[in-house]
Amino acid sequence: MEQLPETNLPATKKIILTALALLLLGMFFGILGSLQYVVPGILKTQLSFEKIRPLHVSSVVFWIMLAASGGVLTYAGERSGKLFSRLLAKIQWLLFLFSVVAILTSYMLGIFGGREYWEFPPLLAIPVWLGWLLFTINLVGTIRTFKQQPVYVWMWLTGAFGFLFIFSESYLWMLPFFQKSIVRDMTVQWKSYGSMVGCWNMLVYGSGIYLMEKISKDPTPARSRMAFALYFLSLTNLMFNWSHHIYTLPILPAIKHIGYLISMSELYILGRIIYKWKSSVKEARKFEYQLPYRFLIAADVWVFLNLILAILMSIPAVNLYTHGTHITVAHVMGTTIGINSMLLMAVVTDVLDNTCRSLYIYQKKITQGLVTANLSLFVFLGALLMAGIKRSQWQMSDHRVPFGEMMHNLIPYFILFSMAGIVLFGAFCVMVYPLVKNVWACYTVRQPQSTVTPSFN
Amino acid sequence: MKIVLASLVFLFLMYSAFIYQQPVKEETMPEVVRGKMIWQEKNCTACHQLYGLGGFLGPDLTNVYSQEGKGAPYIKAFVQGGTATMPAFNLSEDELNCLVAFLKHTDESGSADPRKFKIRHDGTIAGN
Repeated sequence: MEQLPETNLPATKKIILTALALLLLGMFFGILGSLQYVVPGILKTQLSFEKIRPLHVSSVVFWIMLAASGGVLTYAGERSGKLFSRLLAKIQWLLFLFSVVAILTSYMLGIFGGREYWEFPPLLAIPVWLGWLLFTINLVGTIRTFKQQPVYVWMWLTGAFGFLFIFSESYLWMLPFFQKSIVRDMTVQWKSYGSMVGCWNMLVYGSGIYLMEKISKDPTPARSRMAFALYFLSLTNLMFNWSHHIYTLPILPAIKHIGYLISMSELYILGRIIYKWKSSVKEARKFEYQLPYRFLIAADVWVFLNLILAILMSIPAVNLYTHGTHITVAHVMGTTIGINSMLLMAVVTDVLDNTCRSLYIYQKKITQGLVTANLSLFVFLGALLMAGIKRSQWQMSDHRVPFGEMMHNLIPYFILFSMAGIVLFGAFCVMVYPLVKNVWACYTVRQPQSTVTPSFN
Repeated sequence: MKIVLASLVFLFLMYSAFIYQQPVKEETMPEVVRGKMIWQEKNCTACHQLYGLGGFLGPDLTNVYSQEGKGAPYIKAFVQGGTATMPAFNLSEDELNCLVAFLKHTDESGSADPRKFKIRHDGTIAGN
């Protein structure tokens, strides 16, 4: 019998594989959560909504954090020829693994941090922060110099350093000065969470730009003045455009106006996307045979649609109608699944390609999954938007029916969104399975060594 | 490049300090802070919103304390008894009082009812 090749999967790929597992787990929890909208009271004693929601949110947030950091480290190493420290990457992976297991277990046991959106017991923030610190050190060490770097390197650095500051900021509520004022606490919380999402976006979008450069073999766009102008515009939005989350909060009007004003600068990005549409289509035809590129194109479409929604929601007068409704959920889901997950899937398929063998044999299956995922996402978001519009009408009505009755009337939309969610989950399983199988082949496929070429960087 | 980046970071830090120190009209009693911790420990925000922020399975509770036909007894009955979707939390009388004090305080901090805001011509809103 032939000997299996010596396999030692690098930590960056372990980080990415863990991320993929969390993506599927997060989607599974999402389906369980959606069922609680369709059949009120289902799973109430086993996994009630206050457990399911954080299980879903944290799994998905960790998917983004792990896939983004694993992808960035891989690409930074690819550019400079070598990763600064494999050991640091391994410790980062172990710290994140510990954090994820501890956080998900704490929810199961009914131990919460109780903050809106991304929450867990504060002590567990320490390993998360430390893991991110190691990622940042590894990234800086791998990049080595800040001189003459393309825009994506600046985006990676912004995302890495920004998260360290902003994640710390999100725990200011533990100090009595912040804790004793609900308005101050909520303001700082949404300031930090708004910017935190911006940090992930820097990592994810930066990797998308790097991947595009790799596919097109054209290094000029990422070094152009326009690329840096857009980077600074995004950075300004990351820093100052978060107050649309809290337009109804009794804070100084100036804070709301600054957010409103800055958010309108996104119109420039929208205009540019429309202006570049024709050349983008021509470019797409040139590279469409490449699997990661197909994910990039899907993300492009969702960027366009979500940007329109985001700009509309940033207008306080419109926000008054959308805030506190499922339109907000549609925006979050559209960004997380349509943009971040599509870009990260592009990165993941690129990084995991040629791990022992090429992904080429799975190209058809993955593309089918991609098409199904995008179609079901379209239905998923449509159902959420419709539910949001109905809820908004209820919120603004002078003759409101009781809350329970309003929710009961929304059940047809919830059924549609739940079913679309199940199809979406299935589509992601179809895409993820070959990626994992390909890595698994390193350990199980018994072939002559000459035909198995491990590609561990 | 460096100058733009340094300026943005400087402005961000200044703005952050301004946000942290913004004047608020609140005066918080210890039981309110304790009530807020109970709200967090039970992860109420997974289903309920304050100022429209939170989960959407349950209603917004920012002004539940002052709503007609609701108030302290209503809050206590729901927390202790639960509903078809909400579990019963079995809090002690002291914990219940703290939670009610927190919701009373939230109610006094402002209104989350979108009908009470006025839309201006420039797209901004007035209220609170």
